[in-house]
Amino acid sequence: MRHRSLLILTTAVTAGALTLSACGSRSDDKKSGGGSAATVVIGVDAPITGELSALGLGMRNSVQLAIDTANKTSEVKGVTFRLEALDDKALPNVGQQNATKLAGDKDVLGLVGPINSGVAQSMQQISQQNGLTLISPANTTPDLTQGKDWKQNRRVRQFTTYFRTATTDEIQGAFDGQFAWEKLKAKTAYVIDDQKTYGVGLASSFKDQFRKLGGTIAGSEHISPDDRDFKAVVSKAVAARPDLVFYGGEYPASGPLSQQLKDGGLSVPLMGGDGMYSADYIKLNKKAQGDYASSIGKPVEQLPSAKKFIADYKAAHFKEAYETYGGSAYDAAWSLVQAVKKVVADNGGTLPADARKKVVTAMNKVSFDGVTGPISYDAYGDTTNTMITAYQVDKGTWVSRFSAEFKKFDKS
Amino acid sequence: MSELPQQLANGLILGAMYGLIAIGYTMVYGIVQLINFAHGEIFMVGGFGALSVHLALPAATPLALALPAMLLGGIAVSVLVGVAAERFAYRPLRGAPRLAPLITAIGLSLALQQAVWRWYPDGKQARVFPQFKGGALDILGATVQRGDLFVIVAAPVCMIALGLFVGRTRSGRAMQATAQDPDTARLMGINTDRIIVLAFAIGAAFAGVAAVAYGLRTGEVQFRMGFIMGLKAFTAAVLGGIGNVYGAMLGGLVLGVAEALATAYVEEIPGMQQFGGGAWKDVWAFVLLILVLLLRPQGLLGERVADRA
Repeated sequence: MRHRSLLILTTAVTAGALTLSACGSRSDDKKSGGGSAATVVIGVDAPITGELSALGLGMRNSVQLAIDTANKTSEVKGVTFRLEALDDKALPNVGQQNATKLAGDKDVLGLVGPINSGVAQSMQQISQQNGLTLISPANTTPDLTQGKDWKQNRRVRQFTTYFRTATTDEIQGAFDGQFAWEKLKAKTAYVIDDQKTYGVGLASSFKDQFRKLGGTIAGSEHISPDDRDFKAVVSKAVAARPDLVFYGGEYPASGPLSQQLKDGGLSVPLMGGDGMYSADYIKLNKKAQGDYASSIGKPVEQLPSAKKFIADYKAAHFKEAYETYGGSAYDAAWSLVQAVKKVVADNGGTLPADARKKVVTAMNKVSFDGVTGPISYDAYGDTTNTMITAYQVDKGTWVSRFSAEFKKFDKS
Repeated sequence: MSELPQQLANGLILGAMYGLIAIGYTMVYGIVQLINFAHGEIFMVGGFGALSVHLALPAATPLALALPAMLLGGIAVSVLVGVAAERFAYRPLRGAPRLAPLITAIGLSLALQQAVWRWYPDGKQARVFPQFKGGALDILGATVQRGDLFVIVAAPVCMIALGLFVGRTRSGRAMQATAQDPDTARLMGINTDRIIVLAFAIGAAFAGVAAVAYGLRTGEVQFRMGFIMGLKAFTAAVLGGIGNVYGAMLGGLVLGVAEALATAYVEEIPGMQQFGGGAWKDVWAFVLLILVLLLRPQGLLGERVADRA
């Protein structure tokens, strides 16, 4: 008897834990009544829960907005779009499961996501096998499109089904290096990364550009993104007395890191990439004042093309802000809508049987003025838009300081 | 080597937190031979308990005044969860094969994490924990944050109190007796159930103190914070000799200092450059653990006890 009751208890506790974690995956299937119209599902894979959920929710809402807009204006006649959002918790294996699940539904013609480059790596294969377009508003690792030998300039397109509206770390990190040298007049920089795909890539292209321009890397360190006590690394950075600390990684760790750097007596700013550009970074860091982060595109608030997006987003009364990737997620979803439009038009106004394959082909030719600027894709599936903006924390918000197209800004 | 005092301070402060959490592992193990893997989460809920008290107080309350209430709140929540875990999850399994309570502990750990994640307001993201205003202090050539003073004071006070309790009081001696031989202790009229609850409660209270220290130091609490800290504290308990409360504290300090020094100095050893820095600190901490266990399988302060199956 005793044994049975303990077994039941163990099972109950474990089952309880599993059920609770399953609550995380919430799918929004708002069915919009389209009568006899064909339904096209656009999938979203993003971290809707967990540390990066602020970014993921903004992304999901923005795709929802693009879909609602397309449906309202009948952008594609005879087609009703529907959203199916899955939570990847920023975990590669969950992203892979989500991609498999969505690929199994023949109505799904495209998938917007994920945020993390590491998650994308696990989803690309599934996307390729199923001929399903995968388009990320946030992935910035060059390898995803150009292969691992891009550093030797041997660039090969990796997956014909993968596209992104975000520019690569190679360009963003180099922009950061250029900005630190030219605009911040930093001569020495201390570089820290979080040992993840995104962080390491960003940090290494920052280093390359900064060195090329004549700067000195005063030292490099690595932290574990799950730690919150970085004092040992901080003490080393403080001892190196750099003009700037550069961090490759995301805001959950960089918030405490920045605070501990300043607590440790280093009064220079911390700079990072788009993974750091979040309102939560400032919330979690009482000493964020003066820190920098770069992000892809121009600030949406400044783009005339984005005014409508911001107004519509407000009007839709989403609970969460559109955050860093809202604009580019909208553009990603809109690219899919445009690709579907072309496919339908080429097929005499109806959705063909091999729509997925045709959407992939059509994606390569997509071209429109999006929220973040002119949208089109190059031979690797990368965005042709290399506009990047540097932001600085001032009085509790991110303020844009400098925007440039990297191609023109590069002086190395 | 000018960094040395600073790195020692970093390591000792982090180690004191490991030590406070490790007490919970070691006391429970010493008495019921159970590795309570949910202890990291008991630490985590303590952090949220303290935060809740802070949020309930008027916003203008100075932190120095709010701190005692927060501390009590954190301890109360940790103890409540710890005692409830013992009563409803572990007690029914007493006498069951060892694997059963171990798996229960892992399940409980997940359940507690997910419960905070699901039900604590904004628990899905890191919550901001209050911090002391004002700059850092300079103590013996090391920069120390004001918030860290809390753990510098709290850890020794807790240890002395625990030492007095275990050595001098009736309940403390009953606890030692139960640890040595629960059956004989019961024959001597000791209510062993009560002693076991007491062990869980004391361990949880220390975890609550550590959670407040953690919050003050890092400025945030989040539902996953118990995982890494719990794992490190468990390592500290093994390093110090599981079952020995002083060993837990010593193990924590040694582990914290080892991590800080490994981050700072391993790369300065000729030929070891690629094995240095923050990326390798955990590796060196575990190398140390393995070395200690090879030379002293019972841990630094552990006593050689026959393993009771």
